[in-house]
Amino acid sequence: MFEVTSNRQLAEGVFGLSIKAPQIARHHHAGQFCIIRAAQHCERVPLSIADKDVHAGTITVVVQAVGHSTQEIAGVQAGEFLLDVVGPLGNPTNVGKPARGAFVGGGVGVAAGYLMLQALKGAGAEVVAIIGFRTRDLIIYEDKFRRVSDELIVTTDDGSYGYHGLVTEPLEQQLQEGAQPDLVITVGPVVMMAAVAEVTRPYAIKTIASLNPIMVDGTGMCGACRVTVGGQTKFTCVDGPEFDAHQVDFRELSERLKMYKTNESRADEAGAHHCQVEPAYWRLDERNG
Amino acid sequence: MNEMDNKQRLELPHQQMAELPVDRRLAGASEVNVGYSEEQARAEAQRCLQCKRPPCVAGCPVDIDIPAFIKLISEGRYADAALKIKETNSFPAICGRVCPQEQQCQAKCVVGRTGRPPVGIGHLERFVGDYLVANPQPVSSSPEPTGYKVAIVGSGPAGLTTAGELAKLGHEVTIFEALHEPGGVMTYGIPEFRLPKDIIRYEIKALLELGVQIVHDTIIGRTLTIDELFGEMGFAAVFLGLGAGNPRFLGIEGENLRGVYSANEFLTRINLMRAYRDDYDTPIRRGNNVTVVGGGNVTLDSSRWALRLGAETVTIVYRRSREEMPARVEEVRHTEEEGVQFRFLSQPMRLLGDDGDVAAMECLQMELGEPDESGRARPIPIEGSEFTLPTDLVIIAIGARVSPLVPIAVPGIELDEGGHVIVNPDTLETSIPGVFGGGDLIPGEETIVRAMGDGRRAAQSIHKYLIDRE
Ligand SMILES: Cc1cc2nc3c(=O)[nH]c(=O)nc-3n(C[C@H](O)[C@H](O)[C@H](O)COP(=O)(O)OP(=O)(O)OC[C@H]3O[C@@H](n4cnc5c(N)ncnc54)[C@H](O)[C@@H]3O)c2cc1C
Ligand SMILES: Cc1cc2nc3c(=O)[nH]c(=O)nc-3n(C[C@H](O)[C@H](O)[C@H](O)COP(=O)(O)OP(=O)(O)OC[C@H]3O[C@@H](n4cnc5c(N)ncnc54)[C@H](O)[C@@H]3O)c2cc1C
Ligand code: SF4
Ligand code: SF4
Ligand code: FES
Repeated sequence: MFEVTSNRQLAEGVFGLSIKAPQIARHHHAGQFCIIRAAQHCERVPLSIADKDVHAGTITVVVQAVGHSTQEIAGVQAGEFLLDVVGPLGNPTNVGKPARGAFVGGGVGVAAGYLMLQALKGAGAEVVAIIGFRTRDLIIYEDKFRRVSDELIVTTDDGSYGYHGLVTEPLEQQLQEGAQPDLVITVGPVVMMAAVAEVTRPYAIKTIASLNPIMVDGTGMCGACRVTVGGQTKFTCVDGPEFDAHQVDFRELSERLKMYKTNESRADEAGAHHCQVEPAYWRLDERNG
Repeated sequence: MNEMDNKQRLELPHQQMAELPVDRRLAGASEVNVGYSEEQARAEAQRCLQCKRPPCVAGCPVDIDIPAFIKLISEGRYADAALKIKETNSFPAICGRVCPQEQQCQAKCVVGRTGRPPVGIGHLERFVGDYLVANPQPVSSSPEPTGYKVAIVGSGPAGLTTAGELAKLGHEVTIFEALHEPGGVMTYGIPEFRLPKDIIRYEIKALLELGVQIVHDTIIGRTLTIDELFGEMGFAAVFLGLGAGNPRFLGIEGENLRGVYSANEFLTRINLMRAYRDDYDTPIRRGNNVTVVGGGNVTLDSSRWALRLGAETVTIVYRRSREEMPARVEEVRHTEEEGVQFRFLSQPMRLLGDDGDVAAMECLQMELGEPDESGRARPIPIEGSEFTLPTDLVIIAIGARVSPLVPIAVPGIELDEGGHVIVNPDTLETSIPGVFGGGDLIPGEETIVRAMGDGRRAAQSIHKYLIDRE
């Protein structure tokens, strides 16, 4: 049993939970995640570790309550318990020694990027962060990012705050203006990561994406999290979660994420909310590739 | 009765174990084999000739004194029979159910060699195992504590056995398990209808009573390192039982379409995560026309779960023929009775999709050629023999490799080309001093009884290792 020490709503439908898990906090490195099972009947849900406090022995996860399982976790209040928390899973971010680094994140993926940005900074890089949200009410971690990054660009799809447009636009501008990073890290919706990879590809800038496939065990035992990278099958939980974004088959990942959505809800999604750009994007992708 | 001579004994009929009728099997997850009644057990026990030099024992990887325990059954001394088995095998209720007896003890039975059914050693073992579960015996006096702490990584049959044996020798034992429930494959892989989870729970409870601690949600190499185990945590030795939980795929086109599972994922969703129950959230694709690729126990388990989840047709596609199937014979029969179809000598070539979902499997017909390295006839493709099976759920059950966590748990540990951990065959010690290993992560038969046998041997050498240090 793992105690939730605080649970704060960060934005509409987005919750930050701090959890007492001293061993995970102690062994965690940027880029690693954990798997949480809220109660006996619940799924095992993979979530990035957004922050930690080694002295207090806590980790923080930022969860977007999209479906049933994430709602179960978001509903656990301070002082209550989560049945299982296991981690840290996956391999730490390999930041290397870049002179300039960029982080491009979207939605809750932004939270996952916070410690990566710190790691980049810690490696001595000058860092730019571009973080995008659908609308102003969904913005999270802005202050934290502002503190760590040398330059921060916030974008919203609807223009209600910051730059009006997608994260790829300011990224493209940066690259065109010649301020090229040696390393780009991207975390967020699949379609966004795929688009970021296409922006950096012509410049041959090393780009790593932290992938979010469906998982079960997180120990390499089930193969649910398999992705195709450079034509080879990799298990995200043990070989990843970060891979060379220029080698990842994002389209396949996006298709596999619809495994448990009915045809109906898939259609809904294509028509409605966050995936408006997605069908259009893959059509573009097909033409190019 | 005991006065019978061998000729009379040979004439006694083999006792068939009662089984659930097929309609009741498919309606739930209940165990298919119902078990022997007391009368049946005693009658079957009479069939044993009590051989002076019993060949059956040589077929048992853990050297159970088979005639001795069977004699105790015929005398109605069931608890004593169970304790006799427990001298070398801690979990009779498990082995009696899942050992491939027809390839092991029963393959060597003298009665079987006369053309009659061999003595039902497995069924008898299960009978006494179950007797002990229903009639627990008081635990013998607790041993003198040695003051040594031993860490066990993984709670599969290898880890559980090692833990129990070491606890009986007075060591302080902690098992670290990555998942949220103990048992390894017995919990996440083998279905309820073959090995009821109550049996595992009972055996685990018995271990806890011996003082063994089980810590869940802990991955050695991630949550804790081996250096911490030996260092600040004060463990004097470590046993590795991480198993072979790393599923193989075919490497064919279309394998990552939606609706294509590894057997491990399919079975874990059902067994560990209870996807078959309405009161659990775990999602699973059920499929109407299910295709399962492979020929072992894992293949059969997957196909039978697919039927129980409501599939209209389930087809096993296997590239060799029936004779080469490595699965337990009894399970093959059960699987056929339940309505699973077999396509032997068929090799999947690619999977075809419909808007991202798997829709069909293209196969090639094979013929058998000369035996290969495994001693089984090598399947050779027949040119131009392609055929297509429509399918909306594919389960790949073609085996597994050693857990990818092994080199993460123990950096620098020596592995062979196959990825197995190299151990000293006598002591089961790995290349790292004080670290021992057994079960599926070292080379050998991938069976539960072998894992348990390794566990017992490892416990003895760990004990010796610790005592010799003094
Ligand atoms: C390494 C990793 C890190 C992640 N980090 C975060 C994070 O920090 N914050 C956050 O909010 N989310 C994160 N996710 C995604 C999160 O795990 C899923 O959103 C969640 O599992 C969806 O469950 P649901 O039942 O609430 O959603 P639903 O949309 O109702 O999902 C239906 C089913 O699909 C599966 N599923 C759907 N989408 C995903 C997905 N993206 N990943 C895994 N399973 C999915 C689930 O098994 C679920 O049963 C991460 C995923 C991975 C693999
Ligand atoms: C579906 C299926 C059916 C089978 N049927 C039969 C049968 O009928 N008869 C038979 O004899 N055999 C059968 N087998 C084979 C048998 O189950 C295995 O040979 C046996 O379980 C191996 O035992 P083990 O203890 O080595 O490992 P496992 O049972 O694989 O257990 C390993 C455990 O270690 C844990 N672990 C891994 N890494 C770590 C880590 N770093 N830290 C902590 N914990 C870790 C895992 O989560 C797991 O619980 C079957 C296998 C499968 C998959
Ligand atoms: S443990 Fe297995 S092989 Fe040994 S006697 Fe029992 S059933 Fe036979
Ligand atoms: S070989 Fe058969 S008959 Fe002989 S002791 Fe063993 S079980 Fe009994
Ligand atoms: S989540 Fe099961 S193998 Fe990665």
